[in-house]
Amino acid sequence: MAARVVVNVPASAKKGDVIEIRTLAGHPMETGFRHTQTGQLIPRDIILRFSCSYNGVEVFAADLHPAIAANPLISFTTVATESGTLEFKWTGDNGFSAAHTSTLSVV
Amino acid sequence: MGRETRAMQDDEQTGPAVLWLLEGEELWGKNCAGCHRIEKMKGVAARFPAFDSRLRKLVNLDDRINLCRTEHQKAPAWTHESRELLSLNAFISRQSRGMPIAVELDEKTKPFIEAGRAQFEQRRGQLNLSCAQCHDDNWGKSLAGTPIPQAHPTGYPIYRLEWQGVGSLERRLRNCMIGVRAEPYAYGAEEYRVLELFLMWRARGMKLESPGVRP
Repeated sequence: MAARVVVNVPASAKKGDVIEIRTLAGHPMETGFRHTQTGQLIPRDIILRFSCSYNGVEVFAADLHPAIAANPLISFTTVATESGTLEFKWTGDNGFSAAHTSTLSVV
Repeated sequence: MGRETRAMQDDEQTGPAVLWLLEGEELWGKNCAGCHRIEKMKGVAARFPAFDSRLRKLVNLDDRINLCRTEHQKAPAWTHESRELLSLNAFISRQSRGMPIAVELDEKTKPFIEAGRAQFEQRRGQLNLSCAQCHDDNWGKSLAGTPIPQAHPTGYPIYRLEWQGVGSLERRLRNCMIGVRAEPYAYGAEEYRVLELFLMWRARGMKLESPGVRP
């Protein structure tokens, strides 16, 4: 299945406001520690890094690890400084890559 | 259901089941929207499982979707509990959120409800427990630190944190059977359908909250 991501950014904010951004990425986050019923190790398949840049400047990033649940929800805050775009990027094992762009208008 | 779990269920934008809802919406657009209008799906999930008078058997919403595929679309049926089936079921059930469960009780469904009740009251497994012994007689008490619920299937298909994904009521029933160390019935067995119908009838009038989030 193609990577599915959901991002919730307020459509507009006042300059200087702290805004909450919530992101959800569809991913199994297979830990690499589990075995199949026949005893074979299931290879690790996780998201390794998430980052968000606001008008080209990275404002938030996170390294993800095997203990994180499937379909990770990442929520963080930033200060609305100017109108522009927020670019979200997820990268992980097996060449996993997903991206999303949201626009924010600051009044 | 804890406060945090409730918050996840009520989160319409970034709740975990949203991923399945979006996929279901896409599948609906590709496969169903040619004949059906989504507004007409309001209340549908509250009426299943239902008696199919042509097949003369009980069908749940998954079965109904697959019947539509095989009979009207001449398409292969989706695999039992596949991601497609769960997503589309979740999307259709979502349309009935907040509506009271209203499965039919008439002379056609009565024998099935009674069969379901017999299943519910049947002791099974190494622990020799029936569903009723926990969910009728001891609900509200704790089982290994977890509260025992009344077993009302109001939110299926559910995103279960333990499963890290969306699953059906049948999967949950298998889970309970394994819990009392009984051998679960085969996938798609009639016994699950009658139990599903009985549980829905038992929860009649309660509001649907599909897709629910449960620990």
